[in-house]
Amino acid sequence: MSSPLTGSLCVSASSIRVELPYHLRTLAGVGAEVSLEVASPVTLARVLDTLEARYPMLRGTIREFETGKRRPFLRFFACEQDLSHEEMDIPLPAAVIEAREPLLIVGAIAGG
Amino acid sequence: MSSVRVLVGTRKGAFILSADGKRKDWTVSGPFFSGWEIYHLKGSAIDPNRIYVSQSSGWFGQLIQRSDDGGSTWIQPGAAPGEAASGWPPKIGNRFVYDQSPETGKPLTTHQWYDGTQHPWEFKRVWHIEPSLTDPDTVYAGVEDAALFKSTDGGESWHELSGLRGHGTGPQWQPGAGGMCLHTVILDPADPQRIYIAISAAGAFRSSDGGNTWKPINKGLRSQFMPDPTAEVGHCVHHVAMHKARPDVLYMQKHWDVMRSDDAGENWREVSGNLPTDFGFVIDVHAHEPETIYVVPIKSDSEHFVPDGKLRVFRSRTGGNEWEPLEKGLPQTDCYVNVLRDAMAVDSLDECGIYFGTSGGQVYASPDGGDSWSPIVRDLPGVLSVEVQTLA
Repeated sequence: MSSPLTGSLCVSASSIRVELPYHLRTLAGVGAEVSLEVASPVTLARVLDTLEARYPMLRGTIREFETGKRRPFLRFFACEQDLSHEEMDIPLPAAVIEAREPLLIVGAIAGG
Repeated sequence: MSSVRVLVGTRKGAFILSADGKRKDWTVSGPFFSGWEIYHLKGSAIDPNRIYVSQSSGWFGQLIQRSDDGGSTWIQPGAAPGEAASGWPPKIGNRFVYDQSPETGKPLTTHQWYDGTQHPWEFKRVWHIEPSLTDPDTVYAGVEDAALFKSTDGGESWHELSGLRGHGTGPQWQPGAGGMCLHTVILDPADPQRIYIAISAAGAFRSSDGGNTWKPINKGLRSQFMPDPTAEVGHCVHHVAMHKARPDVLYMQKHWDVMRSDDAGENWREVSGNLPTDFGFVIDVHAHEPETIYVVPIKSDSEHFVPDGKLRVFRSRTGGNEWEPLEKGLPQTDCYVNVLRDAMAVDSLDECGIYFGTSGGQVYASPDGGDSWSPIVRDLPGVLSVEVQTLA
């Protein structure tokens, strides 16, 4: 079995599972996980674009408005790997594209 | 019968405290936006059902919430469920982006950083929301890093009134311990073009043209932490208050010193008088007596709690200098709370009610102009702001 971090599929759209942290779930009025139809190639940027298009109340809560960069206290995990420092426009792991694994948006454990 | 609605912003959510005109029996609603910092929420003076909220988080940034039914339901303006995104960056009610120089395309100005170098403006949060006195869809937001934004579409989009930062003194502004925040916005009910704002640590400013151009109004302030204690800008103003019937008279709680101006901020004089300490954050004016003002003295800028373990509001009926302690109903032993700059408000019932919230989560009310106090609630998260709506 190949690594879940390698390879992407040549399909027109994929159903992507995204897990949200508590406060973003309550903002969007959804459960822990949402499913999004994302056009190929399925990149982190496209998943976030799709997420914000479906749930516009999340705009600005994951990426900075001025730079489009990930907010400092959030992380992107998938397949037991930290994708937070990867480029936003490279394809996500095949296991995420095939919906075998979710993309996790995680809030840092900090604060009081 | 008249009633009041007290809007409380806390470190972990918003609360609405409601009572009839007797202000004796209270209903507590909330928490709204639980777990989020609510720096401020305030209702429109002409449409009391319209309430704007600043909701922020170190993780997820800034949001604006709005209610059109007095706090029963809330929306994020510009982000109704199902609304399609419109490109990047999208038009949305929580997008606060500073103007850039039209000539260079670079940041309009920089400010002084802790190490003395110049630093670009970086948006942190909305400290204060001030709804227009004439249009419920028009609202101002004072933000950190210090700037003033305006929305004319009910909070769906915001644009900076960048003449404030661009007037030339920006490089001399510097952050205080709480950040470089624009925390006070006062609209003149007699002159819709006149706006007062205050920034920590830059000082007070006045616009006479609706916010396009600004003038520092700090003559008479003296701040020992500055190399030049009487400089035009750099003062750590904590809060400013005005009575709506006398828009030329301003009262200020500075970092240290309680100040007064009788000429729209052109000149200030100290009115700390017999206060036990003139450090503090809040200051407010009685709804019907323009010379009656209230402060809560705090021991010092090194010890942000009330002196002697006693929570006391001080009232002056002479516009300053002569102060009396108000302590009936307030804890007078072992009390070590703070009262932050936006955490006092007054209602406009016949017998003026005074309200304030503490860092310990208590919200106190006085239905008799400060003579006696009682807690509405005792155990909220630390209180960041208190506003009152007087409802017909």
